[in-house]
Amino acid sequence: MQYLLLIYSEESKSIQASDPRYPGLVEEHRALIKETTDKGILLGAEPLEPTSTATTVRVREEKIQTTDGPFAETKEQLAGYYLIECQNLDEAIEYAARIPNARSGSIEIRPLMKIPEPSN
Amino acid sequence: MLRNKTSETIEKTVREEWSQTLSALVYRIHDFQLAEDALQDAILSAWNSWPYSGIPKNPRAWLLQVAKRKAIDQIRRKESFAKKQSSIALLSELEQEQGEHRTDMEIPDERLRMIFTCCHPAIDKRSSVALTLRTVAGLETREIAKAFLTEESAMGQRLTRVKRKIRDAGIPYRVPPPHLWQERLEAVLSVLYFIFNEGYLASSGDGLLRSNLCLEAIRLARVLSKLSPDEPEVDGLLALMLLHDSRRPARTNKAGAMISLEDQDRSLWIRENIEEGDTILRRILPKRRIGPYQIQAAVSAVHAHAPDWKSTDWPQIAQLYRTLYQYSPSSVVRLNEAVAISMIQGPQAGLKLLQELEEQGTLEKYQPFYAAKADLLRQLNRYDEAERAYEIAISKSANPAEKDILRKRLQHLKKN
Repeated sequence: MQYLLLIYSEESKSIQASDPRYPGLVEEHRALIKETTDKGILLGAEPLEPTSTATTVRVREEKIQTTDGPFAETKEQLAGYYLIECQNLDEAIEYAARIPNARSGSIEIRPLMKIPEPSN
Repeated sequence: MLRNKTSETIEKTVREEWSQTLSALVYRIHDFQLAEDALQDAILSAWNSWPYSGIPKNPRAWLLQVAKRKAIDQIRRKESFAKKQSSIALLSELEQEQGEHRTDMEIPDERLRMIFTCCHPAIDKRSSVALTLRTVAGLETREIAKAFLTEESAMGQRLTRVKRKIRDAGIPYRVPPPHLWQERLEAVLSVLYFIFNEGYLASSGDGLLRSNLCLEAIRLARVLSKLSPDEPEVDGLLALMLLHDSRRPARTNKAGAMISLEDQDRSLWIRENIEEGDTILRRILPKRRIGPYQIQAAVSAVHAHAPDWKSTDWPQIAQLYRTLYQYSPSSVVRLNEAVAISMIQGPQAGLKLLQELEEQGTLEKYQPFYAAKADLLRQLNRYDEAERAYEIAISKSANPAEKDILRKRLQHLKKN
């Protein structure tokens, strides 16, 4: 199964490049990305620009509505993702727990939906 | 007359075989909903044929065989589903097995997989409880809804949702591997204890259904104990529930009002339960792999052997709560220890410990804290303060039976 591991963290508290903890954090991500790539588990992983750059799109009554900002304003914002291929949820949980941001923010695990074939 | 007897036997057989057949079926077809639907269809077939053919020698194998056939039909009917590689593989595997036509085979007991899957930590507790009662205990959705005072349709939806989550989120149908065992076992035990407490503590709802929940929890713990490797905490929970449940006949009066442990007629306690709890504890405690359930069971056992409240071995109870605190450091455990100490050293000493706990502020919403405080104040003849504490306790309680007990104590206080 494929799982998307969504990294949620508080933008205002995110560790900047000037922070002495920054190199360690990057190194931890790199190591996890290398390990999961080597095992054939990782399909993709990217950090996101902050929510100030986000645009939300909706179509209502056939008209496109765009709004500035993310879908929902909550304490934690979507900060990045890992897309992984795992045997089951237990394995996905194990990798989610190893993303360094799990210690300060949270990781949401979402299985990727398999789009059913049209039957006709 | 004969028909009725057959019906009864069929009903009993189906009930007995439900959980093991379903577990085996889920293991084969990896889908809770499909397995349950298929088994339901197979049971219908049994009702159609068993009254004439008699009950087969191995009813589980018969049900499993027919249910697999029903499942194949259902998979086939879902055209788009069957196009997927995985279901094609499953289908051909099932059909091959089906061709062998074996109804005499030994079916491995897969209930442990079922229990661990139902109690997976990615499932919310109430849904785990409902699903465990439905699939492992074999209760009808209607019965579960009644026991939890909800509508049957709402309970049905909850069960559908959780079965879908297991399938779509990829929750594995397995006994957890060693590195997850401890954490997952704790989740299972907490679900079983939750079921027990729903039956034991809640006072609203049908009394019989409630006590059934206690018995189901005990039955589930027996299954778990039989199937899991040597785990003293599983047996500890079983002993704890048996010992608690031994007080059932003494816990309510004829009008259904709750009676506190202090005031219970101890001659009504169920002796067999106490003896079994004791036997289990004597077997597991020497293993020295102590855990919170074993300690709580030991507390319950001390109460079980005390002739009355006053002459209870309070030093031992205080010691047990001190040990329990090391495993689950909570203010509630401290409160229980304080009550035991007040029985040894007197109400003044108990009150002092309670004041320390009050300063920490973690028990502000906890009814038993105020009830304990009120009792101690009353013993010290500080009636005005006791009255206030009882009133707070009553306002914090959500349980009508508990409120009754507290109101009675308050009235008694006012009379004096």
